[in-house]
Order: sequence, then C-alpha cells, then structure tokens
Amino acid sequence: MMYSKLGLKVGVEIHQQLDTKHKLFCRCPTKPGKDEKEFHRYLRLKRSEIGEEDKAAREEVERSRKFIYKYCDTTCLVEADEEPPAEVNVEALKIAVQIAKMLNMELVDEVHVMRKIVIDGSNTTGFQRTALIAFDGYIEVDERKIGIATLCLEEEACRKIEDGEGYAVYSLDRLGIPLVEISTKPEIDSPQLAKKVAAKIGMILRSTGKVKRGIGTIRQDINVSIADGARVEIKGVQELEILDKVVENEVVRQLKLLEIRNELLKRSAHVFDDIFDVTDVFSNSKSQIVKGKIVKAILLKGFGGIVGKEIQPKRRLGTEFADIAKNFGLKGIIHTDELPAYGISDEEVKKLKELLKAEENDAIVIAAGSSERVDRALRRIIERAKYCLKGVPEETRKANEDGTTSYLRPLPGAARMYPETDVPPVTLEGLEVEIPELIEDRAKRYSKDLPFDLAWEVADSPYWNLYEEYSKLLQPTVVAKVLYSIPAQLKREGIDVSQLGEEQFRKVLNAIYDGRIAKEGAEEALKILAKDPRAEISFVAVNVDEIIEKIVESKKDLIAEKGEAAFKPLMGLVMKEVRGKVDGKIVAEKLLSAIRKVINK
Amino acid sequence: MVLGKRVRIRAKGKIFEGIAMPSFTGNFVLKLDSGYNVGFKEYELLEVFEESLPKTEIKKLEKKDGLPNVKIISTGGTIASKIDYRTGAVTSQFTAEEIVSEVPEIAEICNIDAELLFNILSENMKPKNWIELAKRVYNALKSYDGVIITHGTDTMHYSSAALSFILSTPKPVVFVGAQRSSDRPSSDAAMNLLCAAKAAISDVGEVTVCVHATTSDDYCFLHRGVKVRKNHTSRRDAFQSINARPIAKIDYPSLNVEWLSWRLKRNERPLDCKAKLEEKVALIKFYPGLSAEIMEFFHSKGYRGFVVEGTGLGHVSTDWVETVKRIAEDSVIVMTSQCLWGRVCDRVYDTGRYLLKAGVIEGEDMLPEVALVKLMWLLGNYDLEEAKKLVKQNLVGEIEYRSSY
Ligand SMILES: [Zn+2]
Repeated sequence: MMYSKLGLKVGVEIHQQLDTKHKLFCRCPTKPGKDEKEFHRYLRLKRSEIGEEDKAAREEVERSRKFIYKYCDTTCLVEADEEPPAEVNVEALKIAVQIAKMLNMELVDEVHVMRKIVIDGSNTTGFQRTALIAFDGYIEVDERKIGIATLCLEEEACRKIEDGEGYAVYSLDRLGIPLVEISTKPEIDSPQLAKKVAAKIGMILRSTGKVKRGIGTIRQDINVSIADGARVEIKGVQELEILDKVVENEVVRQLKLLEIRNELLKRSAHVFDDIFDVTDVFSNSKSQIVKGKIVKAILLKGFGGIVGKEIQPKRRLGTEFADIAKNFGLKGIIHTDELPAYGISDEEVKKLKELLKAEENDAIVIAAGSSERVDRALRRIIERAKYCLKGVPEETRKANEDGTTSYLRPLPGAARMYPETDVPPVTLEGLEVEIPELIEDRAKRYSKDLPFDLAWEVADSPYWNLYEEYSKLLQPTVVAKVLYSIPAQLKREGIDVSQLGEEQFRKVLNAIYDGRIAKEGAEEALKILAKDPRAEISFVAVNVDEIIEKIVESKKDLIAEKGEAAFKPLMGLVMKEVRGKVDGKIVAEKLLSAIRKVINK
Repeated sequence: MVLGKRVRIRAKGKIFEGIAMPSFTGNFVLKLDSGYNVGFKEYELLEVFEESLPKTEIKKLEKKDGLPNVKIISTGGTIASKIDYRTGAVTSQFTAEEIVSEVPEIAEICNIDAELLFNILSENMKPKNWIELAKRVYNALKSYDGVIITHGTDTMHYSSAALSFILSTPKPVVFVGAQRSSDRPSSDAAMNLLCAAKAAISDVGEVTVCVHATTSDDYCFLHRGVKVRKNHTSRRDAFQSINARPIAKIDYPSLNVEWLSWRLKRNERPLDCKAKLEEKVALIKFYPGLSAEIMEFFHSKGYRGFVVEGTGLGHVSTDWVETVKRIAEDSVIVMTSQCLWGRVCDRVYDTGRYLLKAGVIEGEDMLPEVALVKLMWLLGNYDLEEAKKLVKQNLVGEIEYRSSY
C-alpha cells in the first residue's frame, strides 16, 4: 500500500515500567503479591464537571460500577487510597531523567505531579498521578529524525482481574509501580517505521538496565490517522512484533469505513432514533441468547448487507456495534445480516422485520439483557451507526492479540487534570545521572568476539555485565553460551529456567574457570541449577587416565578384532563416565593413544 | 499580574502556551494545554492573552412535596467543594443547589437548605465557635426535621460532644465529615453525606456523627456524639465508638438503617439550649516524669476544671497527691484514662485510693476529650459543687454504667 499517498500519520506512545526498589509514591516493593483480602468502592465524577462534549467521561459515568480491590502484604494504605502519598521516588525520577537525556530531550526545571482523572476503577483514587519531566527530543531511525514530544513519569494502574456485570475486580499489587510514558510526534508515515521507532525506544529503555522486563511491563499505544479518516488511539499493543500489523489493519479499517460511507450515501441510508421493544417476537425462541430476556431493536435503513461487511480480518461493522454493547455489560448484539443463526428462526426474523417495517435493503440490530442496559447500549449504537454516514469516528480502540482492534471508548476530551497537592513540586537541578552505553553499541563491541546475533542477545540480556567480567577470563563464546545460548536451548526443550539468575551463572562460570568442570559441563550444570538454584556445582574430579585404562583393559578383545574402529564404541563408554567433567577433545586424544598402544602390542 | 491568565512564554529555547499558575517555589509554573503543570526557572514572557471565561449556571432547586426538610450547616471542610480543572483551585459556595448538583441522590431523600456558617479549618475551631454553631442549630431545629453539620474531621468529635451537652434536641443533629476531600472521584464525602441525610430524617433525637464504618463503601456508622473519637490519621473508617456501640448502621447504597444500640428517639426531649462554656478547663496527659507543676501553672492562671488523662485504671505519679489535694479544694479534677477503652477505677491500687482521697473524681468510661467539654459546660452553667456531682453522672449518653463486651 502507498501509505504516503494515504496521508498516514502515526504517533507511538510507549509505557514502560521501571525496575525500582519502591513504588512511585509509597515504600511498597514493585513486585506482584498474593491477593488475600478485598474491599470495594464506587467512583463518582461530578456531573457539573462533565462537559456535554466529553463523551468518554459521560460513557464511564453511565457505566458506573462497583470496584472490588484485592490487596495483600506487598501493598499499603497508599494504594488503598487510605493514606496520602509519599514524596516522589527519587530513584524513579533519576531513571526518567536518564531516559530523557538518552532521547535528547529538554528537562523541565521543576516537576509538578498532577492528578489525571480516570474513573474506570483502575486507580483507587479515581485519578492517575503523572508528571511531565521532559519535552522536545528526538531519536534517529533509518537516518531520519523522529521527534519525541514528551516524557512523563506516572504511576501504573491496578491489574484487572475480572470484568463482571455491574462490577470489576482489580488487584492493587501493580498500582503505583513507576512508569515512563514516552510519546513521539505524529511524524511516522509507515507501519514498518512505527515498529522500528518502537523497537528503538525499547532498546534505549532497556539500555538503562533499570526497566522491568517480561509480559505486561511494556505497552505500546499508537495514534493512527489517514487523510479523510480520523485520529484513532489504539491502546495496549503488548507485542512489538505485531505493531506494524496493527497499523496496517487500522488503515484498512478506515478505508473500509470510507467505502461504507460512500455506499450508504449512494443508498440514501438513514438511522432512526427509535428503540423498539421486540421481546414478544422471541418469547418462544429456541435461542438462548434472546429467550426469556428483554429484547430491543433498532432499524438501520439502507444498511442491509453492510453491517455484515468485513472491515478488518474477521471483524465486521456489526462487530463494532457488538463492542459497544459489551462496554455496557451486554454479551453483544445480533444483526439481520447474519440471521437466521444462533437458534433464531426464519420465522422470527420475518416477524421482526414486519414489526419494524424493515425493507429488503435495511438492517436491524437487536440486543438482549436488562432493559436499562439495552437502552443505553442501543442509544450509543444508533449514534455510532449515524456516524457511518459521515466516515471514521475519532475513538479509542483496544489492540487485540491478532493485530485487529476493538472499540473501547470515545476519544477522551482534554484531560481533566489538576495538581496533586499532597506531593510537593521537585526541582531537577543538581540531579546527576550517567548516560549508559546503548545496547546497539554494546552489541557492536561484542561482535568482535561473537557472531552478531549472539552479540546482540548478550548485549540485550540483563546479564551483559557478567559477560563483560568473564569474557576477560574465559573464551567469550563459552561465556555467551552459559549466559544466553544454553538457557535459551533449555527453555526450548521445555525446562523451566526462571530460577537461573546472576548467582547461578556465576557458579557455572566460576566452576569452569577453576577447572572444576569442563566447558562441556556447562549445560549439565545449568540443568541442575534450573531445578535446584542452590546446588553446588563442583563435579567430582575424575582420573580420566584410570578410567580409560580400565575400559581399554576390559575391551581388549574388541580392540583386537576391530582395531582403531573400536574407538567409537569405547569413546561412548568413557564419555558416559566423564561427560561434563572433562573436555571431550582431551578424552578422544587420550583414548585413541591408549587403543593404539594395545594394537601395537 | 499574569496569574490565572493565558500566556505565551519562551523557556529552554521553546515556545509554550498555557495558563500562569501560582507558584510557591519562585519558579514560573505554567499549565500546558495538555493539562500538565511544569515549572521553569528562567523564562521570557512573550504575550498575555485576555479571555473571558464561560460561566456555568446551576439550575434553581425545587422543593418536593412530602419530603422532610433538612438544614445543612457548613463549618468548613471539603464535603461539597468543586475543582476548577483550569486552575486547580478548589472552591465551595456551599449552596443547596451546588450540593444537589454534586450529590443528586440527596434530593430524593429530603429537601435541603444550606448555610455556610464558618469556613475554618477544624483545628482552628474554638469553644466560641461551638456556641455559635449550637445557637444556629437550635434555631434550625425549630423549623427543620433534622440538621446536618459538615465539619473537618480533626476535631469533629470535640464539636459533637459540645453540641451534645449544649443542646437538648428532639430531632437528629448529624455531624458529617470526609477523610478524602470531595474533589477526588474516590471521596467518601458523598456516601457519608447521603447516609447523614438518611440519619437526619430518621427516628433519632440526639447529636450524632455519621461517617464510613469500614474502608469499603459499604455502610456508615451513626455514632453517639459523646462516645466517638477519631482514631486514625487518614483512613475512611477513622471514627470509632469507644466504650459503646454505634447507634445505627446505615447501609450504602440502599440507605437501610439498622439500629445497634439504645437511643433517644425523635421528640423524646424538648428543644433547649444552654449555651455557656467555661473555657478555663485543662486536659492534662500524664506521662512518666511529668511534674504536678503543670497543674499548679494552670491553677495559678485561674483554671478550676481539670481533666487528667492518667495511665491504666486512672493513675498519676504518687508525688502528685499533695498538689491534687490542694487544687481540689476549689476545683473539679476528673480522672480519665489514656487507654481510652475501659473504665477508670481508682479503688484497686494505693495510688488510686490516695488520689480519690485527695479529691479526684473518677470519670467512669468517659473519653478524655468528652470529659473536657463536659466540664467546660458544667462550669459554665452550674456552681462548683453541682458540677462535681453532675460530672460523674450520665447526662446525654457520655457515661455507660455497664461495660459491655
Ligand atoms: Zn504502598
């Protein structure tokens, strides 16, 4: 696709958790805990403060629910919104400043912590604490400068455990972990470049050695727009690998929505405001979805065949409507383009169409559930369907694992923010930080001794400092194997290597250095440590000569019969006893000379 | 002055636009359009924009027939304040319209009128404020079905004790506060206020305190104004009834009332107001090594009422006995315990017996703060001998003669 011709503009927003000792505003550890007890709260957004234009807030209020919070011994009263926050964690502040400098940004002189209103329950307070640290930087990707607009330091939200009808359950353990939010300017003009920019920022972040790693510790949000389309915010791309695909799919979606608009205008399509109660139509239905529930319907004039039209792989226009319904706590919607199905009969469809006076070219959307929820959802779907005649709505979407996106909520209005008066402003003057070596530069350095891919893996590993230390004492390839290749291979074989860390790697590398094990013994040693991280790695010293002598003596006949060809089976026998303890090359040399001695006799 | 105005500045080689905010550090604080505040040490002011702000209008409130009428009197605190996201300023006009627009459910419970009496921090409350408040409540009780008083939480239990003694009320007088200010979505203010509104129309004729009972938004306790104390610096459920059960539990959001202990019911007492307080009453917390000179000092300044917060069952060091004896001749000395939970009993150990002999009066299971306020009121309205007699008698529920589990 010619993205430049489409006027594609992409901005990337990276959220990265920092690996600090404590949380941003309390002294709790930044580690997960075991949920034990719970409490619950409601959040309330003052009506007087919801502007008519602020759809996001309105939708959240309409969905106002009970929020259940699980807590444990790794969280305190600050997370529970039962104690004022402590001062900003200086360790986190330093890391943020370090990152800002690596992104060539300007720092503010004084940091002001703000409260950003978020009332989906993900913050017990009803707001997220966030502070702007730096602005106006850039990174270089493909010899192009991509602008970095802002870097903010903020607190991570709660971990969502369950989403129920009328309630949501969150865990407090993640709440308050420091997070940097880095936003690029919308200067990216292709899906591939978006991925590269995100990768580069990720690399810079990991270069500090002070960011968390693993699933959920980094999230990418992307802003996508094309000419004639609209700005769409896509939240939570977990895998960098699919970032380009998400952008591509969004471009496709916007193009399809524009096609749909043109088709609808051609058909003079129209959306009615009425919501019809069609419960009676389905009173004897075989479909579990509608049976015994209040069922309501809306009429989309001229939408026949279009609600079922695919706009992203396996997602239809109807899926967008279903996303809205789900947001209002319903299971989804059913539309006439897909009927008869789900146990709804032809007869029922006919009755439905008659009741709404639908014609051939029309579509009907129905939803079932509690009367109030269905009303709210359908009202919002009417609004959305009307927008089909205008084009692409601005909205916030959620990234799915397959690279498609689902509707999440309308685009938020200007963030409602006010000062966090419980936290005094902090000056950044005199805050000294060092700029660490970039992983990519380190990898270049290592590639003098290692193949480039391996050099990169070692440079990007949390144990690169061990490589620095031991590659001076041992063969660099041996160190790289211990730190990266062997654990990676064990993991592929299905062995749990989560217990292998700096202490275990040191044990193995020291044992090789001291000659307690051969470099071939590394795999065996790591296997043992993976199971028992406290095991001592010191294979009993063996007398190879004695073992070879004994085996050669007992297999004299075989040697007499086969000559030097006896080497292979005998090597097997010897290795069985000395594997991992003696270098195989040495064993082979010794065995061969012992065999030759027998032959020569 | 550019404060609060939209400006354009140059800082760090870049142009910024936003609203100039107040600063307490000498730096220039700008609120950017993204909502973030940032501080700059050096800046160049390029332009100041004049703009008129849109005014928000609040609908006039209409009274509903058949609903009870409740008066809400504010003494400060933040139970109904509004935040200006533009400047971050918290404001409170405290009109009924404003309260209803923030907590609309209250209009389903009762018709409200609101009055901003003071706008002072709870720690700045003085006995003269209690008197003024009591008089205002007394007047409101003549025509309303109940009165709610919003109050900062720090000294709310002193005020509730004061009004308990000053007022004889046939109707509910309900103090309410919030531990999280109402400018945040998680504030406990709205739930506390709704439960208080329910309490204010219920079958009670006492001065009470209505606040969160747990850390959850599940129910409030209605505490007796003379048995309650703030026992936590920050938690929502900071207030506890001590040496007594709360009067009621008010469920949220159903607002169902469950009675938990005895109570004075609506119209059980006539309306009356004895609004005099003797301010020269001291509360002295004993600690190991504290000299009795502290009593001498207060006595020399004309204090004739003393509440001692003693150790354990109600003790101070034996070297206080002589001083106590001398002062007790023309003063009331009431012994309470810093244990808070439990009853004072000075007949168990020698020290206690000496203190009793010297003229100390056992404060039973009264809270030290309540004994203080009670003594202020007694010395303000009765002579010394009468006060000595009444201080150990239960007047409004401040003493429970039976200690229950
Ligand atoms: Zn904590």
